[in-house]
Amino acid sequence: MIDYRPMPSAPSIVVDKLRIRRGGVIVLDDLSLAVASGRVTGLLGPSGSGKTTLMRAIVGVQIVESGTIAVLGEPAGTPPLRWKVGYMTQNPAVYGDLTVRENLRYFARILDAAPESVDEVLETVAMTSFAGRVVNKLSGGQRARVSLATALIGSPELLVLDEPTVGLDPVLRRDLWKTFNELAEQGKTLLVSSHVMDEADHCHDLLLLREGKLVATGSPADVRAQSGKQDLDEAFLVLINEEVE
Amino acid sequence: MSVRATFATAVRVLNQLRRDPRTIALLLLVPVVLIFLLDQLFHDRRQIFQQIGGPLLGLFPLITMFLVTSITMLRERVSGTLERLMALPLAKIDVLAGYALAFALLAAVQATLVSIVAFGFLGLHTQGPSWAVVLLAVSNAVLGMSLGLFVSAFARTEFQAIQFMPAFIFPQILLCGLFTPRAQMAGWLRGISDALPFTYAYDALSRATQRGLFDGRFALDLGVTIGVTVLALALGASTLRRRTG
Repeated sequence: MIDYRPMPSAPSIVVDKLRIRRGGVIVLDDLSLAVASGRVTGLLGPSGSGKTTLMRAIVGVQIVESGTIAVLGEPAGTPPLRWKVGYMTQNPAVYGDLTVRENLRYFARILDAAPESVDEVLETVAMTSFAGRVVNKLSGGQRARVSLATALIGSPELLVLDEPTVGLDPVLRRDLWKTFNELAEQGKTLLVSSHVMDEADHCHDLLLLREGKLVATGSPADVRAQSGKQDLDEAFLVLINEEVE
Repeated sequence: MSVRATFATAVRVLNQLRRDPRTIALLLLVPVVLIFLLDQLFHDRRQIFQQIGGPLLGLFPLITMFLVTSITMLRERVSGTLERLMALPLAKIDVLAGYALAFALLAAVQATLVSIVAFGFLGLHTQGPSWAVVLLAVSNAVLGMSLGLFVSAFARTEFQAIQFMPAFIFPQILLCGLFTPRAQMAGWLRGISDALPFTYAYDALSRATQRGLFDGRFALDLGVTIGVTVLALALGASTLRRRTG
């Protein structure tokens, strides 16, 4: 008997010849890539390179001009995927006039997640002691963590996180990257964007984007080898400049 | 459509309002103060107070809900929370119905309060039952909400949204028959009046309060009010886009 189920190693996201125009400008052009399942993939690149646009397309809120995106074996943005994909937007998309807990409870109710899941994700993002605080009174980094918590609710198979560690202190950043890796060990797939290159070492795989085009892929070791630089920051500068020349 | 998501949204909207006691106080007290002013203004001309007091009482919720909804929905669009919701397993109608439920509840409280003051303390008479006035006020509030939702799609800033009030609501107040009986209007003005939803909302209120007339014309008034509400909600839903550019 033939097993038609996708192999566990089948990629969670397959992007094929994607082309996206925003405000008349082509942001992504002929982009093709794959994101492996059960791993942390870093989407890196300077600001304006198209990271957010790509993530929006993957979660299905971006108008796509041409090309295809398959997410967990289905076209991006189809209704069943809304249960399986957690999304953290670049600017915290939470209600400022609600408390942290009220925000999370709302997302939990929509996702039909158990009320206890609110406490679990609060724990994960280290915001338990702020549960009763109104979001507007929190710092930028705390607000970002609430936004991250909304993406974790309902333990989705795929997490698409747009710059989740921006504005956080080094200790918290280290803890979150540790959490991301633990989630991957549990079998979740994570696509995490960042414009801070030194975060690349926390990822299993890397996608380096520049002006809507992929300039490098592979593990951090691959990227080092490709560029001949040990320091990832320098490695990316080399790879980006190579493209320009 | 999901009852759970609709209720979750209604609870979320009410929680947001709860955080803003000043707005609630304004929503509840301003109509009471206005009806009192009207009472004092026509202290010696009770007939005028009787004539316009009832219908006005039922139109307050329409105006306030129009404003509150257009601003709230605009905020939801601008802050990115709407985009976030569109990535969740939540139908557009769940969002709209959630808003409708929360604001209808608020309108019911508002209409009940101003009715108690007007009928109980200011000696306003109504031919029909007073609960019919409250019910009409609530249905008008939902009409105002759906209109506000629709026009919020055409505003980019809160300043613009506020300006829709004189642009959209004032002409309807002028032409609904409150200031001049429709029979005395110039033909072309009456033609415009025929096409405006306020005309029917006002007529229904005036029939219920002054004549206790629940005849065929009253049924038509009610039908038009509900029809326009549904139409505006449908148009409003079409302006909530899952995918944007």
